[in-house]
Amino acid sequence: MLRVEDISVGFPETVALDGVTLEVARGEVLAVLGPSGSGKSTLLRVICGLQRPDAGRVLLDGEDVTSAPTHRRGIGLVFQDHALFDHKDVAANVAFGLRMRGDALSDIDRRVRELLDLVGLTGFERRSVATLSGGEQQRVALARALAPEPRVLLLDEPLGSLDRRLRDRLLVDLGTLFAELEVTAIYVTHDQAEAFALGDRVAVVREGQLVQQGTADELWAHPADEDIARFLGLGNVRDGTVIRPEAIGVRRVGAGETGDGVVESTRRHGPTVHLTVRLDDASLLEAAVTSLDHAAPGERVAVEIDPGGIVQL
Amino acid sequence: MFLGLFFVYPLLSILTRGLTSNGSLVSPLDVLADPLTREVVWFTFWQALTSTALTFAIGLPAAYVLGRYSFPGRSLVRALVIVPFVLPTVVVALAFLAILPPGLDRGWVAIVIAHAFFNVAVVVLIVSTFWAGLDRRVSEAAATLGAGPWRRLREITLPLLTPGLAAAAAIVFLFSFTSFGIVLILGGPASSTIETEIYNQAVRLFDLRAAAVLSLVQLLCVGLAVWVTLRLEARVAPRRGVRSERDVLLAPQTARDRVVVIGSLGILAMFLALPLAVLVERSLSVGGEYGLGAYRELARPTSVLLATPYEAVWNSIVYAGAATVIAVVVGGLAAFAVASSRGPRTLDVLLMLPLGASAVMLGFGFVIAFDRAPIDFRSEPWIVPVAQALVAIPFVVRIVAPTLRAIDERQREAAAVLGASPGRVRREIDLPIVGRAVTVAAGFAFAISLGEFGATVFLARPDSPTLPVAIFRFLNRPGELNAAQAYALAVVLMGVTALALLVVGRLRVRRLGWF
Repeated sequence: MLRVEDISVGFPETVALDGVTLEVARGEVLAVLGPSGSGKSTLLRVICGLQRPDAGRVLLDGEDVTSAPTHRRGIGLVFQDHALFDHKDVAANVAFGLRMRGDALSDIDRRVRELLDLVGLTGFERRSVATLSGGEQQRVALARALAPEPRVLLLDEPLGSLDRRLRDRLLVDLGTLFAELEVTAIYVTHDQAEAFALGDRVAVVREGQLVQQGTADELWAHPADEDIARFLGLGNVRDGTVIRPEAIGVRRVGAGETGDGVVESTRRHGPTVHLTVRLDDASLLEAAVTSLDHAAPGERVAVEIDPGGIVQL
Repeated sequence: MFLGLFFVYPLLSILTRGLTSNGSLVSPLDVLADPLTREVVWFTFWQALTSTALTFAIGLPAAYVLGRYSFPGRSLVRALVIVPFVLPTVVVALAFLAILPPGLDRGWVAIVIAHAFFNVAVVVLIVSTFWAGLDRRVSEAAATLGAGPWRRLREITLPLLTPGLAAAAAIVFLFSFTSFGIVLILGGPASSTIETEIYNQAVRLFDLRAAAVLSLVQLLCVGLAVWVTLRLEARVAPRRGVRSERDVLLAPQTARDRVVVIGSLGILAMFLALPLAVLVERSLSVGGEYGLGAYRELARPTSVLLATPYEAVWNSIVYAGAATVIAVVVGGLAAFAVASSRGPRTLDVLLMLPLGASAVMLGFGFVIAFDRAPIDFRSEPWIVPVAQALVAIPFVVRIVAPTLRAIDERQREAAAVLGASPGRVRREIDLPIVGRAVTVAAGFAFAISLGEFGATVFLARPDSPTLPVAIFRFLNRPGELNAAQAYALAVVLMGVTALALLVVGRLRVRRLGWF
């Protein structure tokens, strides 16, 4: 469906993208995950034609569109801060792409209503976009991008500016919507939870390079290197090995036992408690336990590791 | 092209006239060395500085209140403050002639007060907008770190506010420096600035070379001032991510807050409203009796003009209308050019120059540039609107260009992604957003052209004077009826200007370059 080949973009100070190759199949959602400044947004701008690549090609259904102007590509983009048209109301924002396509007025009206229903903004047609909340603006931006039925939908950190609870809710809505409409999409984010929640596959970018891609399970099972493991939040990364915190059992030492180390601190993470244990060789180990009766800081403990939780990089 | 023929060429003519005599180069030093010239230049600087100081003294409290508090009628106050600024200078001058006691009504005191009246809007609007853009939390952070109110003002607020203060000061200084109508009418024989002296030399003493040399001095000074202003303004340019006023403004909470708000605005209102009220009062009084006598008299032919005064109203409106069309078209195109140029701001400076080069210079330049066939335009009726348009163009550019610049590039990108071709993007995004600014600019251009005096006084034909010119002529004649007619005409001019602005004011304006 969409193929990006060997794309490089350089800016005067930095290299934004360095030989990135990606492919998205029809109906697939690819999440592009990377820290800020890693070149994710530039990648989207290249795909929709807002940025000329220095090298490489963009192929849509096998056709080379690298030098096609943005407005002829039929690719949708949801901007980071929505970039709604402040001088138009909600309906006019959503209708914009349809008008550009030359749809009949009656069709436009119908389709606008349909899309506003779809994103849960029924009856918002005449509202000014400036009066909308962040979440509502985000929904309008999504409806606007979806209206002309783009071949590929690009989303640039669409939930970035929203608060956490709203984000969690919209994340679920987006997932349902993508599945329902069978949208082909690239979803760019710096949040690994978002990436794994929405992406059929996840591509990790770092400093302008694609460092690993695969399904969520593949990435979790075999992170390509220590950095990625840390970025995924795996913890206990050392010497080419990752030990999952959940795979570590920690119990207080019984009488006569020597134990392996001392608990330094405890931290609650939702249902689990993370214990940081200082082992006798002075290294640190992080364990996640669910028991309410866990060891307290200062207590001496014995540590057991489930071999299934050890990942070789 | 337009600017080249009607701006650069007259300037060049002034240059040649100033530096040559009968075809050979002449040093301008004799004019420069004249003690009178030095006195005039010194007075120009001095009164401009004093005017700026007084304008700040009157404007700052109101700027503070408008920049820090939200209260009912806040936007109305901001709109009303602009009124004096768009009033024709002749009207302002007459208002102060009417209100100041004899003895004080001519001379530097009158000039400085009138300049403060005229320019207070600049200080109030620029500084309050800037103040409202400051993040209150920065000052609050300083408070949590133990800084008291004065410390916070000195170490946080003032440094952050400096660019706004400096920009406002530069603009007020520039306007006071090049002010013509006010100085000519209120100055009397003793107080002359470069601007009025050019007029004196050219019109009363017929010393065109001296006038030309003075013009060059003025051009130098003003070029410098414009350059400084633009430098300062570049720093005031709205920064991204400025917090919206909603987050910054607080309703007055304590009784002290309310006293501050009502007090500062009350003083400002008195200062602005009283002179205009007295002006109206004077226009209604002839020979100690109140009545519409002076207005009735305006319909009759008079020895002062070669037309009835009411015909001058019609002339003014026609000229101003034509000037508005020219100014909006040329200024609009220029604004597009300015907004899309990313390079150095030379284009900006060039477009600002007509403003600085001063109306009197333009008028004078036209007179000496277009005096020979095939370009003897002096008696063409369209020369007046052309000159007026030149005076208005910088304002049009200043109003339209920032709006164009402020359009978020991503809005254009969003339109392109949704399938809009580049031309379509212009039509769908740029034009609607700029449309309102263009309307406002047209209103301003009309008001400015209506009140334009410095250039028009050189160019208007005796049989078709404009309102400001007619007022000036009446004022120069002795007799109470003539004075009353001048006041009455000033009220009429004020009324027409107000009407034009009301029409524009109906279209709500958000934020414009200076305002």
